[in-house]
Amino acid sequence: MADLNINGRTHQVDVDPDTPLLWVLRDTIGLTGTKYGCGIAQCGACTVHVDGIAMRSCSVPLSLVAGRQITTIEGLAPDGVLHKVQQAWLDHDVPQCGYCQSGMIMAVAALLKDKPKPTDADIDANLTNICRCGTYQQIRAAIHAAAASA
Amino acid sequence: MGGLTISVLRDRLGLFGTKGGRGRAAESAVSRVSHPTRRSFLASVAAVGGSLVLGFEIPFAPRAGHAAPSAQEITAWIVIEPDETVTIRVAKSEMGQGSFTALPMLVAEELECDWSKVRAEFAPPHENRKRDRVWGNMSTGASRSISASQSDLRRAGATARAMLIAAAAARWNVPDGECTAAQGVITHRPSGRSITFGRIAAAAADIAPPAEVALKEPKDWKLIGTRQRRLDVADKIAGKPIYAIDVRLPNMLHATIVQCPVFKGTLKSVDESKLAGIKGVHRVVKLPDAVAVVADSWWRAKKAAEALPVSWDFGENSAVSSAAIHAHVQSGLSATDARIGRNDGDVERALAQAAKRIEADYEVPFLAHATMEPQNCTAHVTADLVEVWAPTQDGETALAIAADAAGMPASNVLIHKMMLGGGFGRRGIFQDFVRQAVLIAKEVGRPVKLAWTREEDIRHDFYRPVAMARLTAGLDRDGAPIAWKIRTAGQSIIAAVSPRVMQFGVDRNFLQGLLEDMPYAVPNYLVDFAMRNTHVPVGVWRSVNHSQNAFFKECFVDEMAVAAAADPYLFRRKLLANRARELAVLDAAAARAGWDTPPQPGVSRGIALHNSQNSICAQVVEVSIGREGKVRVHRVVSAIDAGHVVNPLTIELQTESAVVFALTAALFGEITIKDGRVEQANFHDYPMLRLADMPRVETVIVPGTGWGGVGETAVPPLAPALCNAIFSATGKRIRSLPLKNHDLRSA
Repeated sequence: MADLNINGRTHQVDVDPDTPLLWVLRDTIGLTGTKYGCGIAQCGACTVHVDGIAMRSCSVPLSLVAGRQITTIEGLAPDGVLHKVQQAWLDHDVPQCGYCQSGMIMAVAALLKDKPKPTDADIDANLTNICRCGTYQQIRAAIHAAAASA
Repeated sequence: MGGLTISVLRDRLGLFGTKGGRGRAAESAVSRVSHPTRRSFLASVAAVGGSLVLGFEIPFAPRAGHAAPSAQEITAWIVIEPDETVTIRVAKSEMGQGSFTALPMLVAEELECDWSKVRAEFAPPHENRKRDRVWGNMSTGASRSISASQSDLRRAGATARAMLIAAAAARWNVPDGECTAAQGVITHRPSGRSITFGRIAAAAADIAPPAEVALKEPKDWKLIGTRQRRLDVADKIAGKPIYAIDVRLPNMLHATIVQCPVFKGTLKSVDESKLAGIKGVHRVVKLPDAVAVVADSWWRAKKAAEALPVSWDFGENSAVSSAAIHAHVQSGLSATDARIGRNDGDVERALAQAAKRIEADYEVPFLAHATMEPQNCTAHVTADLVEVWAPTQDGETALAIAADAAGMPASNVLIHKMMLGGGFGRRGIFQDFVRQAVLIAKEVGRPVKLAWTREEDIRHDFYRPVAMARLTAGLDRDGAPIAWKIRTAGQSIIAAVSPRVMQFGVDRNFLQGLLEDMPYAVPNYLVDFAMRNTHVPVGVWRSVNHSQNAFFKECFVDEMAVAAAADPYLFRRKLLANRARELAVLDAAAARAGWDTPPQPGVSRGIALHNSQNSICAQVVEVSIGREGKVRVHRVVSAIDAGHVVNPLTIELQTESAVVFALTAALFGEITIKDGRVEQANFHDYPMLRLADMPRVETVIVPGTGWGGVGETAVPPLAPALCNAIFSATGKRIRSLPLKNHDLRSA
């Protein structure tokens, strides 16, 4: 049994310790907002925050995150008010199919915490998630808007 | 729990669930662990239905197979509730292309409702079946969602408006003609009385629909043509469980699948004893060409599948390589078995008379779809019911496949259409994942969610076909092309999908963009096709054969322009002298790009134009080549004439999306075959464009008439415009894709 702190709540889970956090979230806890895209930390669809740091949960075993603060897309707006990144995503109609966007939003939220006013170069260097619909132009605009709204 | 519970809940919820579910569906406060609670199950089911919730029943009780009007359902397309919410049902799938918003706009235009009160939901395929296909064809592809259904949708809106007005007029005892509807309110002009749609909806549902309705003239449209936000964004930024891969059912098991690595091979045997005693693993299910492992979590299923010793009969294709396929296709370029697609004038005679003759061979590879959401499907098969949750581009095909796989009548199948995490043509015709999920669930007897690994997804696709072309042109003394011959060779999709069609001659789909839709006027013109099939499965892929034919055609037009010592834009203008629409689009792209002014130092431009999906797109690409030979695309200007504009935002976003899709393929896209199987496996060796390489994309909408598509239209011209720009930059003519295989370092 391991104690996981997810979105401010403690969950006791009984799964194999090498299970990636992604599958604990999706199959055990039932938080399916975090997505499986590649399983090899290439695409970032599974991005969550562990102690505030963006991590690709498909490649983080459960044993590494026990006792740490995990935030998923479902916990990004705990008080019901959209996070500024979500609001910017809404304002810019960023999602198309939307499948990668939970991971995108989590990656951007972490980036803005680290660099509140990122330059285009910062964005290029930090946001390596894949969007197959190609929403990158809207993503860049929405990141700048979110940064400006802070 | 199980089937009974699902059925009971379904009845209680109504097939669509109920309204107000936006907040409830994604409750993150799922208590405890391991098994979904009833509470989380309700949340999932509510989300599965789209976004309606408890407490309100929208009856779908079939009445002699026809629409069952209720207090709220005005027509099959439109449900109006007392709180003025207007639910518009969408027959097509939503995979990012924006149909979930644009199609309701067409209804709402004629309905005269308040757009801010509109929500959309999917019409279920099983209801379509029961109701004599009241929602029409549900197949979603070929950029046809608007063009093929706009008439039905506008009529649906006009019909419901007439019924609402008739009900209000009857209540007031006045002639219908004295009443008008606007913004969800009906007004009796002479008296000034008014009533909202929500208050008259119950009465309107009892009005017989008029046999004939008049539709507005385009000049009178108020909503169509305006920029409207997508209706599906709120769910997609909150991580709500709207995709098939998110479905959670009580008692559900998880499965993953390993398919025979060599296409057309079969399963020989499996040593199941190796899985004995592994915690959480339920069983192995053998399929003719695959083996599935079923466990209590997907991760356990995947780990067990990796440990499972499987032996395959690879069949006769286990030595096939890309080199052999290349030679096979290439043989078609000079073969005598080609079928003619179009033949104007006498091309051989004109070639013989030409002052100058040029010839070149072009080639494109197999390409995978790589939807971000890997293939998956959830199914539950009981004695008399098959229930399926699928990421499908065609719910009716999903229904037929599920019925066939379960060996049950179609009337016993329920298909829940979910939001698609990408489609691009992968999920329409074949839907292998639906068949597999039903077969597995049938053996297991419990709900099973099958999800493929990314590796299976890349290695078991229905690929954009390989193709080659030999293009020959003859120019007269003034550089005008008088003869143009295009021999194509490659793999036919039609031959796999409906072989009977091939009996009647050439696969015209393979020649998309080169037949009547070839816009350039060359008096002697011949295009033919030598079919060269392989054991690799092929299928449609965003713009399909247009993507390869535009590359051949538009790069070669550039070669002609070079041979004629002409500017490639002006050279095209001459060939389009009698094509006003194409000229307008080409000019719009050139003007926005500033074709007549030099680009930034170090930057070069290329141009291309292509007709597809009843639309026209011209693009100008600006590129620079780094010292290491790296291609950097700075800017892509697209001009598009898709006929009537429904939602300009959709056109802009789809054009950006198409540019990225096409650029990804042009730069990196290549599926290769070794030992009969696909060599690539995941995003590390089948890479995607990322944000750092995203060019600035500008879209110019050229207004037109008629109805064209926009989902694919901007894909075909991108690769040739890019390669033409690279020629301009380097003098190197790119005749095969992807670009990663070319050394572009300056000599």
